[in-house]
Amino acid sequence: MKKLINDPETVLPDALAGFAAAHPELAVDLDARIITRGTRPAAPKVALVSGGGSGHEPLHAGFVGPGMLDAACPGEIFTSPVPDQVLAAVRTVHRGVGVLLVVKNYTGDVMNFRLAAELAAEDGIEVRTVLVDDDVAVEDSTWTAGRRGTGATVLVEKAAGALAERGAPLAEVAALAERVNAASRSFAIALTAATVPAVGHPGFDLPEDRIEVGVGIHGEPGRRREPLRPARDLVAEVVDTVLADHDLATGDRVLALVNGLGATPLIELYLVFGEVHARLADHGIEIARNLVGNYVTSLDMAGFSLTLTKADDQLLELWDAPVATPVLRWS
Amino acid sequence: MDTLDTAVAAAWLRAAASAVERHESELTALDAAIGDGDHGSNLRRGFTAVGLPGAGPPPTGPGDLFRVAGRTLISTVGGASGPLYGTAFRAIGAALPAPTATVADLAGALEAALAAVQGLGGAMPGDKTMVDALAPAAAACREAADQGLGLPAAAESAARAAEQGMRDTVPLQARKGRASYLGPRSVGHQDPGATSTALILRALAEVVATP
Repeated sequence: MKKLINDPETVLPDALAGFAAAHPELAVDLDARIITRGTRPAAPKVALVSGGGSGHEPLHAGFVGPGMLDAACPGEIFTSPVPDQVLAAVRTVHRGVGVLLVVKNYTGDVMNFRLAAELAAEDGIEVRTVLVDDDVAVEDSTWTAGRRGTGATVLVEKAAGALAERGAPLAEVAALAERVNAASRSFAIALTAATVPAVGHPGFDLPEDRIEVGVGIHGEPGRRREPLRPARDLVAEVVDTVLADHDLATGDRVLALVNGLGATPLIELYLVFGEVHARLADHGIEIARNLVGNYVTSLDMAGFSLTLTKADDQLLELWDAPVATPVLRWS
Repeated sequence: MDTLDTAVAAAWLRAAASAVERHESELTALDAAIGDGDHGSNLRRGFTAVGLPGAGPPPTGPGDLFRVAGRTLISTVGGASGPLYGTAFRAIGAALPAPTATVADLAGALEAALAAVQGLGGAMPGDKTMVDALAPAAAACREAADQGLGLPAAAESAARAAEQGMRDTVPLQARKGRASYLGPRSVGHQDPGATSTALILRALAEVVATP
């Protein structure tokens, strides 16, 4: 393992200290391990709190700021935050009109956020939770923990954040978040596995000429292993897999996220985006907005995920609304 | 040693912490095969915190000690293991009377822990989770109580049942937790959660076996 770290045990606090130094506009509480906006929104608004294991940077701390999240709680690497942490974030950002928790569907995240929500309710804070579960690689929730939450998390946080910024009530913000999640599907392919610093070796061994198809973002192997093929063929499989589980039709518009898993250079991601664009055009689907880059990563895993969110006028308008976070920033 | 008092409870928690520490790399290796490889380090972090001196008043009985330990595990472990083990120990604590508990009380406590874990995680026996070790352990402890066995025999029986349940997870396909995403590829691996449950119950058997 070659990594820029001091000690596998202190990766998270060391990284948070660096994040705090790099982003003086945010408030980083190193003890409680929560990141909040440096200045409180002018008027009381529904607060958005998200979090999950570390190792998925820039998720979630990179999306804290006006127009998006009010707080992020990073857990240990690939490990959900603990309820105390989530509760501290909720208490810090609650302005009297409720809090929306954006939670990715992993057993640990679901349980820790649920315990935190129960504790917040005991404090008299109104809390709603949206579970993001967009990964079509997980097919049947009767036999699994249900679909994983991956790339759609960014779109849910952006859209719900924009709506909350306008003073919409909690029920409305939560309903929108659920609608965006329901309109999103993702699928990922890995070329190499991730190495968790505390483990010291890759999560799975992958021969040079093989890829893992249908991976998540926690270093676990995917659903199956296939030979490496030209990007055009891989993208065709990914697009078709996503579309097979989507209700998109000719003439529909989408938000497309071509997301790097951590170790794939932008030149490859743009190449992939070109293939996605062409493949969707073949299906008569227009990409109305896009993101290409590393947004929901898995440490040093190489590969990409594709997220397609069915777009309508309201969603596009919320997407275009001003945002000022370390990663997404436009006015 | 026929009753579970505060001293035995404290010794069990210390022995469990030591067992988790000694087996940290084994738990992590099992988790790396079908999860993300942090089960050992996460549990060690939690059980180390359980051993730190608390600021509150001295415990009034074993139940009190387990309730505090459960809360500490919830606040330090994270992942799925934190809420599951934390809730399990809180349920054990709530079920045990002060100042001492009998074998029948322990059986009731393990049954309460099982119900709490299943309530939170929704796992059934056969899903390849800690339930596959905890359920047979609770049943074995209940049987021991019904037969009038003493605490050492009951704890030994529970530990053996948990270890058998742990080994029985090898051929199963995971249906809960992160391993469930692997589908058939999870077959052939021992479940890390069932393994840590068996370790913790073995720690109790060892503690009460010592006169």
